[in-house]
Amino acid sequence: MPFSPEDWLAISLTLKLASVTTVLLLVLCTPLAWWLAHTQSRWRSPVGAVVALPLVLPPTVIGFYLLVFMGPQGPMGRFMDSFGWPRLPFTFSGLVVGSLVYSLPFAVQPLQRAFETLGRRPLEVAATLGAGRRDTFLNVVLPLARPGFMTAAVLCFAHTVGEFGVVLMLGGNIPGSTRVVSVQIYDHVEAMEYGQAHALALGMLAFAFIVLLALHWLQPRQERA
Amino acid sequence: MRHWFGLMVCLFFGTAQADTVAVAVAANFTAPMQEIAPLFAKATGHEAQLSFGATGKFYAQIKNGAPFDVLLSADASTPTKLAAENMAVASSQITYAKGQLVLWSAQAGYVDNAGEVLKSGTWQHIAVANPKLAPYGAAAQEVLQQLQLADSAAQRTVLGENIGQTYQFVASGNAELGFVAASQVMKNGQLQSGSAWVVPATLYAPIRQDGIVLQRASANPAAQALLDYLQGPEARTIMQAYGYAF
Repeated sequence: MPFSPEDWLAISLTLKLASVTTVLLLVLCTPLAWWLAHTQSRWRSPVGAVVALPLVLPPTVIGFYLLVFMGPQGPMGRFMDSFGWPRLPFTFSGLVVGSLVYSLPFAVQPLQRAFETLGRRPLEVAATLGAGRRDTFLNVVLPLARPGFMTAAVLCFAHTVGEFGVVLMLGGNIPGSTRVVSVQIYDHVEAMEYGQAHALALGMLAFAFIVLLALHWLQPRQERA
Repeated sequence: MRHWFGLMVCLFFGTAQADTVAVAVAANFTAPMQEIAPLFAKATGHEAQLSFGATGKFYAQIKNGAPFDVLLSADASTPTKLAAENMAVASSQITYAKGQLVLWSAQAGYVDNAGEVLKSGTWQHIAVANPKLAPYGAAAQEVLQQLQLADSAAQRTVLGENIGQTYQFVASGNAELGFVAASQVMKNGQLQSGSAWVVPATLYAPIRQDGIVLQRASANPAAQALLDYLQGPEARTIMQAYGYAF
């Protein structure tokens, strides 16, 4: 195998980070996306804009401000200190928080589109048939919005696997907890270990391609209305 | 008409004197170089265009054709490697400064001036530049090994991608202390903030910072002029104020 034990550690850590982030984002963003899709409130546009901000800011900038925010001089750091909780920078949990911010729009936007496309009609029909809110959500909304959930999950996962700037600023490059594949490849390049960099990069590319191909292949075709 | 012709001749020779030299400067040398460049321009008429960054990155960029004329490296091995690969003029390589390692904390009174805080160890994170990439990181690693603290510090070590990021970790308080370059925390020979221990030179191999003229500038007089100027008294006075040795 062309990968060293450190490379494998980085790979497993990356997959763990991407999985945890994706699951958390799907859970947290479903209500948010639902609200954005259906609300008439004047807060809709500002909230939508804030959600889209991580798309615009350079990742190293996001990472830097999170480092300050979660550090001993930042509001979150001080909040955690007051409860005696350990601070987040340089930990896996800190990376999860960073990834949640970084991949937020990739979860919200596909879900929001899916809920908007769904419209109100199926919900009204379900209501006239006597379905409760939870019943409606589980048995009407989720199945119909499945492509949106798949897209959101794939995008979040892939985006987190490729995350670099945020991790670089927030991680501290600790093997086993914050040294993810993107940082490992970067380290190999910086140390002029080009052979190992090529191997790892190619491996990740192949893995990502196969996963995305499989997911697209499994998606039901919905070309006809 | 004669005056106009004379003026053109003078301008021609006047501008022919002023060459530009594109310099790749190691991140730790940023502040002193920014002070030296205008003095260099005044003394020689040549203009230095500065780019700051990690030595490792510059090596990769130079190998791939980056338009630099001089490399001011953070180590001695990168210029040597470039010369061996015929990408730089071997005979031009000089040591422009010797780096000084400092154990620094953003909190005043945290680091004592004998470095005992390393052993008394109530700190949770110590920032070190990645030894694989940064000479100051390799030196810091050496110091920890010499003091037999490498194992106990390993669990609590946070690696900065370069010396700049290492400083950031300490300055933001996320790491209570860390090994940084003297030039980052000293000015006019004085510590600017926080508390520090200037690590004795006996604990680590000297951080020789070498400069070299790159192949594409082998005929550029400004390139060699810059390396000469850096070994002169004005440049050295500035470097000393930033904590460099020679």
